[in-house]
Amino acid sequence: MQISVFRSLVIIAVVAGTIFFTRLFPFLFFPPGKEIPPTVQYLGKVLPPAVIGMLIIYCLKDVRLTAYPYGIPEAVAVIVVILLHLWKRNNLLSIGVGTVLYMFLVQAVF
Amino acid sequence: MSEKVKKKGSFGYAKAFRAAFPYTIPVLTGYLFIGMAFGVMIQEKGYNFLWAMFMSLVCYAGSGQYLAVNFFVPGVSLLEIIFMEFMVNVRHIFYGLSLLERFSKMGRKRWYMIFSLTDETYSLLFITKTPEAVDESKFLFAIAMLDQFYWILGSGIGALLGRWLPIEATGIDFAMTALFVVIMVEQWMDEKKRPSACVGLGCALLCLLIFGAENFILPTMIVMMVVLLSGKRIWMEKKEEEHAD
Repeated sequence: MQISVFRSLVIIAVVAGTIFFTRLFPFLFFPPGKEIPPTVQYLGKVLPPAVIGMLIIYCLKDVRLTAYPYGIPEAVAVIVVILLHLWKRNNLLSIGVGTVLYMFLVQAVF
Repeated sequence: MSEKVKKKGSFGYAKAFRAAFPYTIPVLTGYLFIGMAFGVMIQEKGYNFLWAMFMSLVCYAGSGQYLAVNFFVPGVSLLEIIFMEFMVNVRHIFYGLSLLERFSKMGRKRWYMIFSLTDETYSLLFITKTPEAVDESKFLFAIAMLDQFYWILGSGIGALLGRWLPIEATGIDFAMTALFVVIMVEQWMDEKKRPSACVGLGCALLCLLIFGAENFILPTMIVMMVVLLSGKRIWMEKKEEEHAD
């Protein structure tokens, strides 16, 4: 540890507070009992699938397509996850096989 | 009398946790591993497994905690920490919009639900339907609690193991990517969700190309909202047609 215990605890508190605030934000505007405008209700309904799409891109954001290995390990693993899931529809299997395959690809192949 | 009520309540919880567990298995896999990665990183800074687990208990955020590892050195200002953490977690600002109603029925549990609203829990809450015999608020609460439990456990294991045997874990964080891909495939089967899913993928890709990997999430959220809002009329009309059929 390069800093004091107290300083470490303060940092953790600040990090925790900031993260909680981002999650609390929309609930501050619409406490229970307050009517939710239709537009917000609509957004609440259509946002989740869009957010999942965004999160996939977010996970892959550091992949470089222009330099070796050209995103091949990621592409292969994602395709395997999709096909495996369409075939068996078993969450654990799709995620497990995809992850082990990806680890093998980045550690041993590329 | 009051004891009877209490007993009934706790039975409800046992049932809810049992019902919720299978749904959380994908997150179990993912969180154990990326939690371990965090544990390894934080113990390299000289913080043992108790610190790792404590952070996972009170902060509870993947990328947020990875980032925080860099703060435990002299000379980082608190303001800097707030700013960087805010930017990394800014996407969470919009998550609650989808859960205002569901959480408002949950009483005091609501506070924990808001606190524990990670990407993964948020996603799970949308692909799972509460089984009929189970109380919904207890079921959602059980999902959230189990997820955080895996995360705390993973970070503790990582901090303990990382000390004695260096594990070759490169690429293990792909578990989270795979989880989101699986959820996307599940959502794709529901035709009504496809346009919105495409909006998310498209906006994120576009903003990634324009703004770069470090700064694209906030622009993505804004563009996504604008596109979804401008599509509101089309979407609503479609829905009315369906009702007319």
